[in-house]
Amino acid sequence: MTSQTAKADDTPMIEMRGLNKWYGDFHVLRDIDLTVQRGERIVICGPSGSGKSTLIRCINHLEEHQQGEIVVGGIPMTQDVKRIEQIRHHVGMVFQHFNLFPHLSVLENCSLAPIWVQKKPRREAEALAMKYLERVRIAEQAHKFPGQLSGGQQQRVAIARSLCMHPEVMLFDEPTSALDPEMIKEVLDVMVELAEEGMTMLCVTHEMGFAKTVADRVIFMDQGQIIEENAPEPFFNDPQSERTQLFLSQILGH
Amino acid sequence: MSKLTLNTTPVDARPAPKRGVGPIAWLRSNLFQGPINSVLSLLAIWALIAGLTPLIQWAIINADWLGTSREACNSGGACWVFISARFEQFIYGFYPSELRWRVNLTFVLFALLIGWLALPRLPAKKLAAVVTLVVFPVVAFYLLHGGSFGMPAVPTHRWGGLMLTLVLAVVGIVAALPIGVVLALGRQSKMPIVKSISVVFIEFWRGVPLITVLFMASVMLPLFVPTEVDMDKLVRALIGITLFQSAYMAEVVRGGLQAIPRGQEEAAAALGMGYWKRMGLIVLPQALKMMIPGIVNTFIALFKDTSLVLIIGLFDLLAIVQAALADADWLGFSIEGYVFVAFVFWIFCFGMSRYSQYLERKLHTGH
Repeated sequence: MTSQTAKADDTPMIEMRGLNKWYGDFHVLRDIDLTVQRGERIVICGPSGSGKSTLIRCINHLEEHQQGEIVVGGIPMTQDVKRIEQIRHHVGMVFQHFNLFPHLSVLENCSLAPIWVQKKPRREAEALAMKYLERVRIAEQAHKFPGQLSGGQQQRVAIARSLCMHPEVMLFDEPTSALDPEMIKEVLDVMVELAEEGMTMLCVTHEMGFAKTVADRVIFMDQGQIIEENAPEPFFNDPQSERTQLFLSQILGH
Repeated sequence: MSKLTLNTTPVDARPAPKRGVGPIAWLRSNLFQGPINSVLSLLAIWALIAGLTPLIQWAIINADWLGTSREACNSGGACWVFISARFEQFIYGFYPSELRWRVNLTFVLFALLIGWLALPRLPAKKLAAVVTLVVFPVVAFYLLHGGSFGMPAVPTHRWGGLMLTLVLAVVGIVAALPIGVVLALGRQSKMPIVKSISVVFIEFWRGVPLITVLFMASVMLPLFVPTEVDMDKLVRALIGITLFQSAYMAEVVRGGLQAIPRGQEEAAAALGMGYWKRMGLIVLPQALKMMIPGIVNTFIALFKDTSLVLIIGLFDLLAIVQAALADADWLGFSIEGYVFVAFVFWIFCFGMSRYSQYLERKLHTGH
């Protein structure tokens, strides 16, 4: 019972054991075992439909798994709504399509959850929001609406919005896939800085350059399974499985 | 062999070329562009003149405006004397004339509050909303109904005319929207009981004509409730109208909820927001904004539907004008009466429509 509140630094940030999930009859996640230590940076790659997004969406219960267990920051995941919300307080998420709130200004996007979820006074929440907006170098746009920003700017706001909740781990679900090529770098730069500051990160991405520079571990998934996981250097230079070799040759081939 | 092209002189921005201006150019490009267009334009102009001339002659030029009895109407045009002679009754119904200041005061308060809410220059909108939704109904009830604070009571069967129409419409509008929102959320709920109750409620009220609802409210309801509960006829009509319109409102709101991308709720959930915060802060504000045309459409329908209460013996604006038409002194002026009613309804509905268009523009945040 004490494990619910245990937060010693040696407990893993995320533990998944025997995770299975089905969409109807379709078996999306098959026997996933994954442990993420605090401060670890993990890149998950794989062909589309391999279950990589579903995997990280299970961590904050945007998707429900049917078998196996997930423990996030020492808190075991259950069906209980309060428990799920408690876990979500520790887990930040950045989406492929940014999902900023279009009816609120950039500043309000960032200060909304601190005000309403963490009950911070408005002034304090706004100061916090400005701090993180400065960190992603977009403070001067604070009073604009998301619809007035470019894709890269929106994604940086989305990262700041997550950081305002002081998450212990950040999930990135293909954060650069919906961006125009010239905007990918500004988002990756922010993510690299975040990694250098020691944030625990799980990134689903096809940016192999990012994986090589930042990741502690690269995980390759196919058909709902973890096929191969390794440090980036051996992963890219000496992939063991045939499927990994094929995948890498396809995305790095030209 | 390809040849390198390099252009390093920037081109300055220039204003776009002007389009043809002036009335003649406008006429030529819009009304008389080619033979078919010209013929159609001329036909339309002819039809407008042919239709509007007699109407204007009847309603304005040949009309009688002054006087007190039908003898004043002898010029062959509209007899607006009928309206002005009966005007007070059309507005107040059978409300005692020495107490009509209470109705006027309610009207003025209401107009002031609407102005406070609607004009963007005025401050403290939240306070205005609270006053309008919480304080005003209580004040309006005591003013209109009386019976305390030394004001004599005016039972609701003496209410009538425009005043009754507005009471029905405003109460219906203010009550139907929140109930509709709750029903729409209920219909999307994952909880089976909440969902089925909402679905059954919505489908029942949408499937029944309003006339039937009003008949049931006025005739059948007293059969089922114990006799000591003496529910006012107006209250019963109000409940009937509100429940009926909230079912329609629920479907409008549901359409709006479905138009909000799933990612919005997911992003809110990922930030740790619970259901009510996700709905109240993220989904509903966007959905309601998107649904302004549909919501106002329902409001306008509701406003006009209030005239159906005449079948259960409440004298709203239409009913009281109809009653006046049967007056032996004023036989034969039904056109004037109905034109007047239509005009008053049109003013209110057009006002709502324009305000909704303004709101849509104002709330647009560039997405």
